[in-house]
Amino acid sequence: MIGVGDFFLINFIGMKNTIAERIADFIKNFPPFDQLSKEDLYAVAKVVTITYLEKDKMVYAVGDALHDKFYMIHKGAIALTKEINAKLETVDRFDEGDVFGLRPLFAKENYATNAVTEEESILYGIPLATFKPLITHNRAVVDFLIESFASNTENPFSKEIHGSLYDNRLEVLANDKELFELQPVRYIKKVITAKANAKIKDIALLMQKHQIGSIILEADNLPIGIVTNVDLRNKVITGEYTIEAEVNQIMSAPVLCYPKGVSISQAQLTMMKHNISHLCVTADGTPNTKIIGVISQNDINVMRGSNPTVLMKAIKRSQSTKQLKHIRKKIMVLLKGFVQQDIPLTQTSKIIFELNDATIKRIIERCIVKMEKQPPVKFAWMSMGSQGRKEQLLHTDQDNAIVFENVEADELENVRAYFLLLAKKVNKRLNEVGFDFCPADIMAKNPKWCLSLDEWKNQFIQWTSNTGDDEILLSSIFFDFDVTFGDANLTNQLSDHIFEITKSNHMFLSKLAASALRSASPLGFFRRFLVEQDGEYKDFFDIKKRAIMPIVDAGRLFALSNQIKNINNTAERFEKMAELFPENKELYLSCSYTSKALLKFRTKHGLLHNDNGRFIELAALNKEEKMKLKRCFNTIAQIQESIKLKYNLSNFK
Amino acid sequence: MMGWNFNKKTYPEYWEAYLHHFEKKEKKTLDSSRFVALDCETTGFNFYIDRILSIGAVSISKNEIAVAESFEIYLKQSHFNPDSVHIHGILQHGMIAKFSEEDALKQFLIYIEDAVLIAHHASFDIKMINAALNRMGLPNLKNKVIDTMNLYANTRIKSNFIDKSAHYSLDDIAEAYAINLMDRHTAPGDALIAALIFLKTTALLKKSKSFKLEHYFLKSTRF
Repeated sequence: MIGVGDFFLINFIGMKNTIAERIADFIKNFPPFDQLSKEDLYAVAKVVTITYLEKDKMVYAVGDALHDKFYMIHKGAIALTKEINAKLETVDRFDEGDVFGLRPLFAKENYATNAVTEEESILYGIPLATFKPLITHNRAVVDFLIESFASNTENPFSKEIHGSLYDNRLEVLANDKELFELQPVRYIKKVITAKANAKIKDIALLMQKHQIGSIILEADNLPIGIVTNVDLRNKVITGEYTIEAEVNQIMSAPVLCYPKGVSISQAQLTMMKHNISHLCVTADGTPNTKIIGVISQNDINVMRGSNPTVLMKAIKRSQSTKQLKHIRKKIMVLLKGFVQQDIPLTQTSKIIFELNDATIKRIIERCIVKMEKQPPVKFAWMSMGSQGRKEQLLHTDQDNAIVFENVEADELENVRAYFLLLAKKVNKRLNEVGFDFCPADIMAKNPKWCLSLDEWKNQFIQWTSNTGDDEILLSSIFFDFDVTFGDANLTNQLSDHIFEITKSNHMFLSKLAASALRSASPLGFFRRFLVEQDGEYKDFFDIKKRAIMPIVDAGRLFALSNQIKNINNTAERFEKMAELFPENKELYLSCSYTSKALLKFRTKHGLLHNDNGRFIELAALNKEEKMKLKRCFNTIAQIQESIKLKYNLSNFK
Repeated sequence: MMGWNFNKKTYPEYWEAYLHHFEKKEKKTLDSSRFVALDCETTGFNFYIDRILSIGAVSISKNEIAVAESFEIYLKQSHFNPDSVHIHGILQHGMIAKFSEEDALKQFLIYIEDAVLIAHHASFDIKMINAALNRMGLPNLKNKVIDTMNLYANTRIKSNFIDKSAHYSLDDIAEAYAINLMDRHTAPGDALIAALIFLKTTALLKKSKSFKLEHYFLKSTRF
């Protein structure tokens, strides 16, 4: 009889292992595996285990017995956390290509940190039994691993990051302010330099090409001067020098140099003291050795991640999806700060909206470049749902669509094909950055939602003239669109069209009104919170379905029936209503307040639990919060009453 | 020739050994059972004419895929369909070690034991394997089978305006889940993608109290 053992023998001798080969192809790009021989790589790849973990799952916890393997991140991100002064702090973060959980390689004591997935992740487990014997004689590998294990401030960043000019400067996320100041500053390693006798004009072109504000001038790799856009402004635009002059006429020299390892606070103090925005990093910290990098004020600000202007700049300059993903994480840090400091929600949402909007714009811009062909006709990228209403604070799903100019029938499908391909690229990258795919496929890459202007108009006519529940649902998603990119003329025509066809369409409006009542006031009999009855969120309160949607639906209904154009934001819609109907001012203003309060509530809880904030654990609310929520619910009940009266829906249950 | 029982067919030893694994009759659960995600590359879609070119499979236990326990085998071909070469890239006389249909299936049975089988559009792969077994005079596979398409479809929002009968290709799902598309259309590559989809969808689905693994077992009449 043939046993399993025999089978593996066969497998070992005669068979090909395609999966192991692919794993070897992946891991060989990242340290320390880049130091292994081909045979060793394959030997490791053959015994890898693959695990999938959802977001917020523990790989291991403090005090757990050591695993018989360490890990490499194939996809996703991991945070190492531990309790410092009774507060859970993140001590390190890793992402794709990084190794972590190295303790079993070097120590015998149980794990000293928690490893938690920050996003859903696919991990490779590298068994020690195979790995350890391979590296005992490989100094480079051992050194790298010891260094990574010993240091919690420095990520063992991947090769890819080593290699590129912009990538490495967004890595550090400040967690602890004090510690942060003392961290060594990350510097740009691939420095753009020029010769001192270059023409000023060429320097300006170089700056434009790389979107940077300063260039170091070198001779034999030694820094001899630096020129910044301030020099251009003060010495060239003023007419003092012509653009044909040599740059050494206007450069600053000598250059302030530092060795690598200078702390963030030291770099900042030097910059403040000398009123400059750039430092040069050289091998020994003097201008007499080779340039190895440059530190800029801007990069330090981005590392701090607390300034919307800097983040905006970083978005506009970003050169990869990975960078945008890091920036998005900082946007979340910023949002957390706003909420903690109780900054008014109106301002908070405007800033976060602008940053999200810029992120999406940047992605679309980059994807058009990747298409290697300009769009065949004018188009607009529409964001719908919460982003369209400027109410998207946390990471939620992406809802979007494309409208393009009308074209001849025989060209229609060609034109659509271009936009579908573009949308596919954009949707994919939005997902990578943190806007999850829409589970209902309301995305521009879906051919149903990538239409010409006339097709959209017909679609809307269909929904509003032959209206069932699905059509109401679709209208309520699609009518709240906002142009994110492209030609606003197209979207304006679409808005006009919507108002046109709904104007005296009482049938449609009353159906819309009925649907705004579909979730009854969230307070049940005996004025208790209605909670979910089943599933993962049993006994949680669904703030989106039971509170936010009713108020958003009401806002949309009033906007459509009163021809309030170009206002998508629910709070602003009600403010407009208060203006139009002063006799009901009080109710409308309290609706406006309620919509903001609910959004803030959701945001706060989402940040607390690192999710989309939709489900709220009632037990975790304090009395004041419960009161506040109940007041919001009262307003919802009132506005629902008024809808019932207005649309004669008194029998509606 | 006394006592020869014509009604009871005798099967080769490896088939009896395979059947032996099913005597345990243990309840299959996500955390305790072994799963094998598999994919067959074939010369075409006809169960009678077309043949299996290769089988790739990975084994999952305790939510972990062990690469060391993956399975990959290439079959000698009697039937050759030049039309499908551009998809799977397997030529009739390639360089890889190849096995006869019987030897390949024998090894496959030893490998799968009583594991729950997982594949995308599983009924196709299982029917192909059953057709091969039947040619060898053997009955159909005894394993429980799960189709990743059903798992995925159940994670989607249930709404009227999403086509309920929509079919999701492996490419669709891999894209939605941002699973690397490299090595598509090789049996082991597709098996690995199916395994990842299995891990991801079950992680989502098992959160519901009403989740039962056996709801997803395909009826044996489908093969």
